[in-house]
Amino acid sequence: MRLPEVVRHSWTVASKDLLIEFRSRTAIVSAAMFVILVLLVFTFARDPTAVAAVDLAPSILWVTLTFAAVLALNRAFQLELENQALDGLLLAPIGRSSIYLGKLLANLVFVGTVELIGVPLLALFFNVTVWPYAAPLALVIVLATIGFVSVGTLFSAMTVRTRVSELLLAVLVLPFMIPPLMWASRATGPLLAGRPLSDIIGWLKMLAAYDIVFVGLALLLFPATVNE
Amino acid sequence: MLRAEELHHSFASVRALDGISFSVRPGQTLAIFGPNGAGKTTLLKVLAGLIRPQRGHAHVDGGRRAIGWIGHQAQLYNQLTVKENLRFWASLYDVHPPGELLARLGLEEHADRPVRALSRGLLQRVAIARALVHNPAVLLLDEPFTGLDRTAAETLGRLLAQHAAAGRATVLVTHNVEEGTGLATDVAFMRAGRFVHFAPRAGRGPQQVGEEYRNAIA
Repeated sequence: MRLPEVVRHSWTVASKDLLIEFRSRTAIVSAAMFVILVLLVFTFARDPTAVAAVDLAPSILWVTLTFAAVLALNRAFQLELENQALDGLLLAPIGRSSIYLGKLLANLVFVGTVELIGVPLLALFFNVTVWPYAAPLALVIVLATIGFVSVGTLFSAMTVRTRVSELLLAVLVLPFMIPPLMWASRATGPLLAGRPLSDIIGWLKMLAAYDIVFVGLALLLFPATVNE
Repeated sequence: MLRAEELHHSFASVRALDGISFSVRPGQTLAIFGPNGAGKTTLLKVLAGLIRPQRGHAHVDGGRRAIGWIGHQAQLYNQLTVKENLRFWASLYDVHPPGELLARLGLEEHADRPVRALSRGLLQRVAIARALVHNPAVLLLDEPFTGLDRTAAETLGRLLAQHAAAGRATVLVTHNVEEGTGLATDVAFMRAGRFVHFAPRAGRGPQQVGEEYRNAIA
């Protein structure tokens, strides 16, 4: 399968998923509500005199975004079970990699939208400054998101035909999410404290390496997860 | 055009396919009848490449691009309209959905309705349109008459006759001996993963085929 075909078919799958989500808004609304509620709970639960907001904010941001992403990821392949559309996708003359990349792209848009809601709310609730560091922070978020969404999309395909898919997805994917979340959290802290980008280059390299390895692995393993 | 050689497949201890071999030529319509659990759906899935057989080999000239498939489910997205669904499936085959397909299946007035709002019969008609959207050389049909009223069943019959007349092949599995026999050039009876009968229809009517079927699977 040639690259332009893979790109075109991936976009066809992704745009279909996005159109369905735009119509139903089930994943986005539930994940966004989750983010708002968790950030509110943390805001009222924390003791501002014990730990500075800027020290606490990175971990809270990434814990919140992780669980919100798991909520959204579960939907990726659920909609393919409606009327058994997955059989039609597997029968179509497109590479399995196009299906995976399409799902990955759509999931990145879902999770990116949730992050666009979550980051300003974190800045607001925790009174931390993010705008001067918006570009490097966006880079950290993009790299970390590609990492955990690539793994989450693979596991979503793997668990969707099980009876406890939502529970199983969280149990399987969370251990794989720990490295990128740890590195993202370690990179976000210095950024919010006003340190230069050079201080977090090591974490960014680790995140980029994770993305390359896990997107590659997911592309290799995906066909085995969807074939009967 | 389509060839199956010594297909074997089991689910745990249940033998779904037990050494099935046959071929289908251009213009041939093979109707396969069998009771529940005979292995008909597994056979179609193996022919479509959705299940890899544990032994044996299935081949369709032209590969996946040449196959049109109607399964037990419609393989449509409930949130999308009829037109959006057909456009999506057509784009995966790099074709434009043929406009006359909607008219031929009586779906023109439903084109902008979301699939979730359609009745069972209309849903089945859209599933047929989806299977035909890329003008496939081989049609694999699993109980295609389910949910269709008499008019829609007649329309499907005409479409399948045109498909065969254009030198294309069809494999159809159904419980409906009357409708299946009417379309078939060849008839097979399946029981416990094997063909117990495979022969050209040769002028036999639905009543005779039905009687032979009951005797064969008894």
